[in-house]
Amino acid sequence: MMLTGEASTGGRLAWTFASLASLLAVWWVAAAGLDSRYLPGPVEVFALMLQEAVSGELLFHVGATLGRVASAFAVAMLIGSAIGLAMGRGRLIDRMFDGWLMFFLNLPALVTIVLCFIWFGLTEAATVLAVAINKIPNVAVTLREGARALDREYEQLAKAYRFGKWKTLRHVWMPQLGPYIAAAARSGLALIWKIVLVVELLGRSNGVGFQIHLYFTLFDVAGILAYAVAFIIVVQLIELFVLQPWQQAATRWRQ
Amino acid sequence: MNALEIDIRRKAFARDGAHIEVVRGLQLTVQPGEFVAVLGPSGCGKSTTLQIAAGLDADFEGSVNYGPGVEDHLAYVFQQPRLLPWRTVQQNIELVFDDPTAHRERIAQVLAAVDLTGSEGLFPGQLSLGMQRRAALARAFVLQPQLLLMDEPFVSLDAALAGRLRDVLRDMLKHNPAAVVFVTHDWREAVSLADRLVFLGAGPATVRAQVNIDIPAAKREEAAVQDRFRKHHAGAFDGAANNAGR
Repeated sequence: MMLTGEASTGGRLAWTFASLASLLAVWWVAAAGLDSRYLPGPVEVFALMLQEAVSGELLFHVGATLGRVASAFAVAMLIGSAIGLAMGRGRLIDRMFDGWLMFFLNLPALVTIVLCFIWFGLTEAATVLAVAINKIPNVAVTLREGARALDREYEQLAKAYRFGKWKTLRHVWMPQLGPYIAAAARSGLALIWKIVLVVELLGRSNGVGFQIHLYFTLFDVAGILAYAVAFIIVVQLIELFVLQPWQQAATRWRQ
Repeated sequence: MNALEIDIRRKAFARDGAHIEVVRGLQLTVQPGEFVAVLGPSGCGKSTTLQIAAGLDADFEGSVNYGPGVEDHLAYVFQQPRLLPWRTVQQNIELVFDDPTAHRERIAQVLAAVDLTGSEGLFPGQLSLGMQRRAALARAFVLQPQLLLMDEPFVSLDAALAGRLRDVLRDMLKHNPAAVVFVTHDWREAVSLADRLVFLGAGPATVRAQVNIDIPAAKREEAAVQDRFRKHHAGAFDGAANNAGR
């Protein structure tokens, strides 16, 4: 979405808006041309979305999915960061667990999900675990890079002035890791919500994934699109109003 | 009781599979309030010795001992100012305290002493090198150090600016007497500041000679006085300092 790197926020928003409007236009023209119930137009989809929103269904399912996304995201970021830091800082740990990382990076999401359901049952905890396991290796790889890039000179400073572990982590490491954490968070959100939908489709009785499954059995494309678009909007709002401002705040001192 | 006792029996780095010995049999004690300048050719292990003295490098044979209470009042001024670029001047200085709000007044005093009042809210990237060095000095002095370790803190500044910073340092030490270990390769800087010169010999570093300085404070910066002092102690100076002509 960063079409013009130097443009003002207003300019960027205008471009985003224009881009999305063109997508809607193509969709609308295609739907009107085909005139098929397997490709409903945007008006129909948004009307259904509104209807579901008014009935409270949409909010319930989006909320359920969002809750899982938030839990899995928090678990993946915490554990992934810890693993990444440990690997970036300790050569032995890095060598020891590099193979593990490679294994889990290449493990298909579907396998983790199915195995978690088999081993831990169709529970909420198994859901969150399955999603987190898919994301942890990505976070770890990004944070390992961050840990390797930590400036040794600032560490000596922290040591010379006896900052202690906590102060060093919070005030010397974190600002340097900020851009890496933000990058992991942004790519993490994008990955996690898609996996959550698959998990819901396979083993949950609520959430956007469950609804999409339901509409799939009914061959109701409008319903599928209504829920998908609703969730895209929610995720983009989080991206726009939480993650991006945070990333900018984390790197403000560079300007 | 000494402020600092260093006894490095051996310090080696592993490089390309080989062990390179950089320090061997180096002993140094510093009295409270004493200013010791450590001179030696570049790469002779001066900085390594200072880092060991600060506890930054524990990988050596020997021991470092501080006088009572000294470790809580230990400050280090690096060759580069090493201010955290994501924190303002004020925030950088506050970081050395666990409870900065209790030391607001002290911080303001020290910032005034290094002539940085009004620059508290600036980020290091917005400061000149001279101002950054003064901020680094302020960070060291807010702690009311009993032991101040300085690694060529005024290197790569022009002569006038370095002279002004020496004045600032002398002035700060007058109000806050501290044991100082000052590493430099500039013998004039050393003579103008120190009570005692310690000459390190190269490869591996060890104390080669020591000279006490008894020049009155007012005459320290005079080049002729410095030249005379050097001539008088030619034996110690010989081959010890780079830039002998400066």
